[in-house]
This record gives sequence, C-alpha cells and structure tokens, in this order.
Amino acid sequence: MIRLHAVSHHFGERPVLEGLDLTLSERRIAVVGGNGSGKSTFARLLNGLLVPERGQVLVEGLDTRKDARAIRRKVGFVFQNPDHQIVLPTVEEDLAFGLKNLKLPPADISTRVTAVLRRYGLEDFRHHPAHLLSGGQKQLLALSSVLVMEPRYIVFDEPTTLLDLRNKRRLAQAIHELPQTAIVVSHDLELLRDFDRVLVFDAGRVVVDDVPSVALDAYVRMMA
Amino acid sequence: MSLGLYLHRVSPVHAVPAGAKMLALLAAGTGLLLFPSLPVLSGALVATLGLYALARLRPREVAPVFRLSAFVLVPLFALHALVSGWEPALVAVLRLAVLMLLATLVSLTTRASDMLDALERALRPLARFGLNPARLGLLLSLTLRFIPLLATWLREIQEAQRVRGLDRNPVAVLVPLLVKTLRTADTLADAIDARCFDPEEPS
Repeated sequence: MIRLHAVSHHFGERPVLEGLDLTLSERRIAVVGGNGSGKSTFARLLNGLLVPERGQVLVEGLDTRKDARAIRRKVGFVFQNPDHQIVLPTVEEDLAFGLKNLKLPPADISTRVTAVLRRYGLEDFRHHPAHLLSGGQKQLLALSSVLVMEPRYIVFDEPTTLLDLRNKRRLAQAIHELPQTAIVVSHDLELLRDFDRVLVFDAGRVVVDDVPSVALDAYVRMMA
Repeated sequence: MSLGLYLHRVSPVHAVPAGAKMLALLAAGTGLLLFPSLPVLSGALVATLGLYALARLRPREVAPVFRLSAFVLVPLFALHALVSGWEPALVAVLRLAVLMLLATLVSLTTRASDMLDALERALRPLARFGLNPARLGLLLSLTLRFIPLLATWLREIQEAQRVRGLDRNPVAVLVPLLVKTLRTADTLADAIDARCFDPEEPS
C-alpha cells in the first residue's frame, strides 16, 4: 500500500501539487489530467525520484524521504520514452543492469533475464543493440528491465504516447497481465477503461477519484 | 551497420575474457611502438585480419570500420609520404591501422558490460585516491549507448532544419542537439536511480 499525507510540491514559485491525501491499494490505478496538472510529478513521488517539499509519501510504511533505495526495490518506474531509460548498449546488458545493482549472483541474473525475454518474445533480440529495436520493442524492453527486478508496484508515466496502435494494444495486454500493482499515468483513455480506480488531476489537486466509468467521463467533460 | 559495438557470435575470440583482451591490446600497442619495422607490422596486420576471420565476423559487418579507417589512413599516408618519404609513411600508417583494427576487434567481440566490469576491477585500487570506478564505468557505458542515439538525433534535427531552410547553419543543428542531450541526461539520471544504481557500492 502507498500512502500520501498532506503532500505539496512547488517548482520555483509555481505549485504543482497541493495537499494530496491518498491511499493507493487497488491493483490498477489510473492517473489522468491535462498538461501541467501535476500527474507526472505525482508519479515521480511514488518511488522517491522526487521528495515532496511538504508532507510524506509512505510505501509499505517506508518514507521516500529516508528510505529511497529500499523503496526503489519495491516500486519500479517505466518512463514515457524508452530511449531515455535504456542504459546499456545491448538488450541483455540493459536487462542485467538493475539486477547487478541489486547484487544478485550471475546465475540468478541469467535466469531472470532469460525468463523475462521469453515472457515478452524478445529471446531473438538478446544480443541485439538496443537502439536498433522498433519503438514497441523498446517499450517492452523498458518494461522488462523494470519487471526483471520483481518490484511489487510499477509506475508507468505515459507509456503508450510514442507507440502505434498494435504496440499500444500489446503494451495494454502486458499491463493487464501484470501480477503487480500498476499505477499508470496516461492520456490514452482506452487503456484505462478496465482499471479499478481513476484519479483525475487538475492544477495539482485530485478533483475526481472514482471508478473509470465515472471518472473518465468527468475528465472528458472537463477537457471539452 | 555496427561501429565499435558488440556483435554476438560463438567464437574463440569472443570466449576470451574481457580483461585478457584489453591487456593483449595494451601489449600489442606497446609491441608495435617498440618494434616498428615493416616485416613486423605486415605480420601483425595479417595476424589481425586472421583474428577477424576467427571471430566469425562477416565482411559486410566490418566493412564500415575498414571504410572509416581508410578515410583517416589514406590522407595520413599521403601527407606523411610527402613530408618524410614513403617508407616511414607506410610504417606509421600500418602501425595505426593495426591498432585501430585490434581495438575495433576487441569492442566487436566483447560486451560493453564485460569491458566495464574489467575496467572497474582494474581501477578499484584507485578508489583510495578519490576515483569512483563504478561511476566511471557507468559514464563509459552511457557514452557507448549514446553514440547511436546522438547520431539519430543529429539526423532528425538536420532534417527538421533543412525543411526550414537552415541546412547550412551548424549552430541551428548544434544548439537543439545540445538541449535535447541535456534534457535526456536528466531523465536518464532518474532512470538510473530508479534501477537502484549505487556508485558507492562496488558491484
């Protein structure tokens, strides 16, 4: 469970989040909102990439201000552009990067890498240069590089923005099948239709917090 | 095209550990400096080409490397020959050619992460002087990773500027490239943090 207590954050003079009090316990949570509404800042707070100026973010009782490293083992993060997330030159090396950081033995690293490559049909690309993959394959690699670390929660920051329809569907399916809790920031409303809960952000506040059938309709009306 | 990036094969050259290959490269470089005679250099060139064959690298995969080497070596030979005669020019160019080909062979047959692990281990004694091997290793791996990405961005920006009639203005290309690189560096730093990288702990 992730809890936010009275969380506020500013960029310079501009408030981006104001007084958030939330408990996130559902398996599929969607975050929507206009540009600059604070949703990406909210996402970065959840695994300690950003520490709130005021208030507290607790992941299973651990405070992101004090226990950022332990929290990052629990909360994975998939960025919007996979090119900004792939760290090492080949697929296999990139998948192993996080596992080496967790100090796992080489045999365990190899087993986990093989399993995740098989899961997403990337076995043939194991030794492939990552920059030569297609956009969809890169996003699957980005997801795999997080999944291979076996986090309990995965935060996605607009994961389908750069994908075509086929790859969007592929990624949506992958998210749907995840055993982990997924918190997905997205403008792609189709992706979020079967989620358990939707948070609608506006000017740094959650203005609607409901099931998709209610919250997404409210969001569409808000944007009209 | 591959330019200094790992190509996976099952070969005796690939099987040699990264540290041993890097040491051999260092030894070859020193040897070629100490014994710069035509017969030694010719033998070294033949042996190097033999290693390429042993590594099972296809000619079309290494052709860009040879083309790029020729792009540097042919003008160098002409200039050197003009100044100091053809024999010293041939020696200088052969030495450089063998070194370039050997260094490329090492990078084509060794995973970047294996090279960086070996480098990190080698640099660990320098940690007491304030050098952080893990951070240096990551810096080098990111450099390797970013070469093709920078090439892609450069092409995209050139195309965008050409549409605007700015194709002869280098500033119009370099400034957006720099801005894009710096912005990406911020996100990448977050991505590295998110995957639990800790430069203070040796891996």
